[in-house]
Amino acid sequence: MIKRLILTLLALALVGAGVFWLVTAPQTLSETDLPDHAPDLANGEYMFYAGGCASCHATPGSDDKLALGGGLKLGSPFGDFFVPNISPDAEDGIGGWSTLDLVNAMVKGVSPNGSHYYPAFPYTSYQRMKLEDIIDLKAFLDTLEPVKSDVPPHDLPFPFNIRRTLGGWKFLYLDGKPFEPDPDASDQINRGAYLVTGPGHCGECHTPRDALGGLERDKWLTGAPSTEGEGTVPGITADTLEGWTAADIAYALESGFTPDFDSLGSSMAAVVRNTAHLTPEDRDAIAAYLESVHGQ
Amino acid sequence: MKRFLFAATTVVALTGAAATWAAMDPIATRQAVMKNNGMAIGTLAKMAKGEAPFDATAANLAVRIFYSGSAGYTTLFPDGTQTGGDTEASPKIWEDMAGFEAKNTAMMEAAAAAMATPIADLDGVKAALGAIGKTCGGCHETYRVKKDG
Repeated sequence: MIKRLILTLLALALVGAGVFWLVTAPQTLSETDLPDHAPDLANGEYMFYAGGCASCHATPGSDDKLALGGGLKLGSPFGDFFVPNISPDAEDGIGGWSTLDLVNAMVKGVSPNGSHYYPAFPYTSYQRMKLEDIIDLKAFLDTLEPVKSDVPPHDLPFPFNIRRTLGGWKFLYLDGKPFEPDPDASDQINRGAYLVTGPGHCGECHTPRDALGGLERDKWLTGAPSTEGEGTVPGITADTLEGWTAADIAYALESGFTPDFDSLGSSMAAVVRNTAHLTPEDRDAIAAYLESVHGQ
Repeated sequence: MKRFLFAATTVVALTGAAATWAAMDPIATRQAVMKNNGMAIGTLAKMAKGEAPFDATAANLAVRIFYSGSAGYTTLFPDGTQTGGDTEASPKIWEDMAGFEAKNTAMMEAAAAAMATPIADLDGVKAALGAIGKTCGGCHETYRVKKDG
């Protein structure tokens, strides 16, 4: 009787381990999933700014925002992350990466050696990007100067230091869906929606997170406590940006000034350095989309 | 000469600040200075956006507000004013006062440069707005923490 019980428990444990192994296995795209697309360098540079890559990956303290040596410390409730070097340096950066490697990193959150990235790298947003845009971005990153750097490993307590567990996190929070335009919305709003939800990854800070660090998508863009420490990240929906016109939003993304001429600070200062590079049409599109989002 | 002027202004401001601390509320004062700066930026930005007509006197006055606003500004952050009064000052100010002072000096120098060549047309407004405006976010990026959302 006891023996049978033990055997049953063992069998269940084995099945459990098997399920864990399957669920947490990193999933990737293969070469045949990539579209046939000749890289467009200008669009790659544009995506670099739309994606805000330099905000985290530029060497801290450097005036050269194209020196992507990494090393910035990102605090979180789960521990401290240190942003990696994504310059084309073959040893310290991503110099040896293929285009497929970058696609898998950004869309699947998986590194070239097949391990999970932590979602401090906002692949939950980048998964919505058009693969063509990522192919273009790779071509642009390849043109930058290689930077040597010695970035410390992430400082995370158990169990967050076990990357395999991120497979479970992705099972819950990474749906693998590309951006879907809303057929009822205008082209302008859909362009803004793409920039906000995909490359711009605005929701990563402006949407609250649950206890496991997943975005609470029913509270999309309604504001959140800062994950990096003190303070709050404001909501950017039409209801939370009460009193702002679409023109006000577009101007803030260009200049950093709010309608009452306060100046945006914290990590939004770096965001504005990026959005200032976008076309006025795209800033207007972002504003039009945000004005169409409700909730507070 | 420029350096001497900065030093002299700072000394005057410091002496003044030390004498008046007892009588004033540094948190309320620094918030009022920032409000003033906001109005000055608004003056320039509205002209730059075409929402207000170009007015050389107002534009040059706005530039001077940044200069006077940044004179001795960092002395409004004495020990003991880290919290209270709805302050949005980041603790980083007290961890790195030299870095904070450098950001303040950047604004003062941008304003001084704009004062040296007075604004005479709309392009001048845009140039001053760009140069001074950059120093607003440049400091807020590290030393201001938004709390009211």
